[in-house]
Amino acid sequence: MKIIVAIKQVPERDAQVRINSTGGWIEEADLQWALNESDAYALEEALQLKEKHSGEVVVLSAGPGRVGSTIREALAKGADRAIHVECNDLERHDVVGIARLLAAAVGPEKPDLVLTGLQSDDFGHGQTGVVLAELLGLPHASLILHVEKTDTGLLVKRELEEGWFQEVALPIPAVLTIQSGGSKLRYATLMGIKRAKTKEVRRITASELSVAPGQVVILDKLSLPHKQKSTQILAGDAKEAASALVEKLRFEVRVL
Amino acid sequence: MSGIWVVLEERDGRMGRISWEAVAAARQLGEQTGAPVSAIVIGAETQAAADEASARVTGRVVRLQHSLLFPYTADGFTSALEQFFRAEQPAYAVFPHTYQVRDYAPALAARLGQVLIGDVTGITEGPEFTRQLMQGRLNGTFRHTGEGTCFLSVQSGAFRADTAGNGNAEVSLFAPVLEAAQIRTRPGECFRASAQTVDLGSAQIIVSVGRGIQEAENLPIVEQLAQALGAELAASRPICDSGWLPMERQVGSSGQTVSPRLYVAIGISGAIQHLVGMKGSQCVVAINKDPDAPIFEIADYGIVGDLFEVVPALTAAVNAIKQ
Repeated sequence: MKIIVAIKQVPERDAQVRINSTGGWIEEADLQWALNESDAYALEEALQLKEKHSGEVVVLSAGPGRVGSTIREALAKGADRAIHVECNDLERHDVVGIARLLAAAVGPEKPDLVLTGLQSDDFGHGQTGVVLAELLGLPHASLILHVEKTDTGLLVKRELEEGWFQEVALPIPAVLTIQSGGSKLRYATLMGIKRAKTKEVRRITASELSVAPGQVVILDKLSLPHKQKSTQILAGDAKEAASALVEKLRFEVRVL
Repeated sequence: MSGIWVVLEERDGRMGRISWEAVAAARQLGEQTGAPVSAIVIGAETQAAADEASARVTGRVVRLQHSLLFPYTADGFTSALEQFFRAEQPAYAVFPHTYQVRDYAPALAARLGQVLIGDVTGITEGPEFTRQLMQGRLNGTFRHTGEGTCFLSVQSGAFRADTAGNGNAEVSLFAPVLEAAQIRTRPGECFRASAQTVDLGSAQIIVSVGRGIQEAENLPIVEQLAQALGAELAASRPICDSGWLPMERQVGSSGQTVSPRLYVAIGISGAIQHLVGMKGSQCVVAINKDPDAPIFEIADYGIVGDLFEVVPALTAAVNAIKQ
């Protein structure tokens, strides 16, 4: 089974994100970057499928040079090779623009399966996998927690809202968007990290793929969210803040 | 290009509240453009849904009906709506941002050469659409350009459903052409993983824990607070994903929706997937080391500090007044 996993590098979870001077994007200098969480689960699912059914896992990522470190991390965890679509202004592409870049890179590979996380932790559109399937003309299933290969294709466990699930059967090739939490993530071993250095990373640029930035939907500006409630911040050390809170809960909220 | 169409979504034979919230968002667009709001009901049997919709919108109601539209499949819904939108050429197509919509609306928009603006929380002059980025830490203002339909989906709870007004819309039928062979996926029955033994929905006080707790071994400190408060213990998704607490204690879009009198969020940053499950709480207390955590945007009371110091202090303070 040949599996392509589309992954994204995003600001690390606890990173302080600040709006840049133009107001159009975040200040990228000094940011720490990490593999997007649900993409890590997509990679894990791909590696487990390969272990069960053999084949090849190819990671695919679009972004500037810094993305290389996240690609190496995926290779160290066990992916066989990588494709890096070099693109220095990914944030200027709309959802379909990004999916077009990925589709152009996936197409010639003719994979049996394309996996990606269900949502990125930066833009959070949660659309790339579904649009990628549309552009590739492949069936898809989204919010997937578990993938099983069958004689005719795949049987997947799909998450629905409010604690419900559903099994869906679909043929391959197909695109799946993977939800977090379906399996336990592995760590890269020392051997894996060593091996990753010798694995192939093919670099192609957006212009080599002849994909222009999608410009149907434009991000005009970023802003800090408005507070929906006026929060009373209780100051002082832990003990003082705790007593102040208990007072509020007793006499203002009246729940104690 | 004219008209504002809302694609309503049925759940358990009734329109969900979020569908009426989408109608409220559409009405806000209507005030800017002067266009009436129309609604689409879609499925294998749509009469009852159409009657319900007809009373709520002022434009038209279209029944997009075909036997292959039940059960839901992305292929069926995408093709049926594509046919209708190609015929109708609306200016706006508005969806509730549900798991089902997330499964097909991006593909539908792409097939029509468009891009869905998803999970919209606000609409301003222009129109410009606000949606959250960076796990709720920032807002982005997005704009649709060029010709063609503008597709958007609206976040649960972002627009008030009770502003969705009264109407008596004319109902008509639109029969899409669908073949069984077009439907490439075969959906099975929906099921729940296990019997729900924890009913967070009826809890008066909930103590909820997130990633800030760092390790499963640290959970007793929040359990002790829950015990002191007589509260149910709940968690954000990562805690349940890690298996530290059972899935049935998860609050958020994929877990339970709660509205207790008091919700204490400990070490929870406040990603939108969590907020939609608890923002109906009467009083929210947030304890977090990051003063910029989005949870503080909806908290009534906040303590910025190390939960490993604050939570035991709070437990002690609660126990002290009970003596």
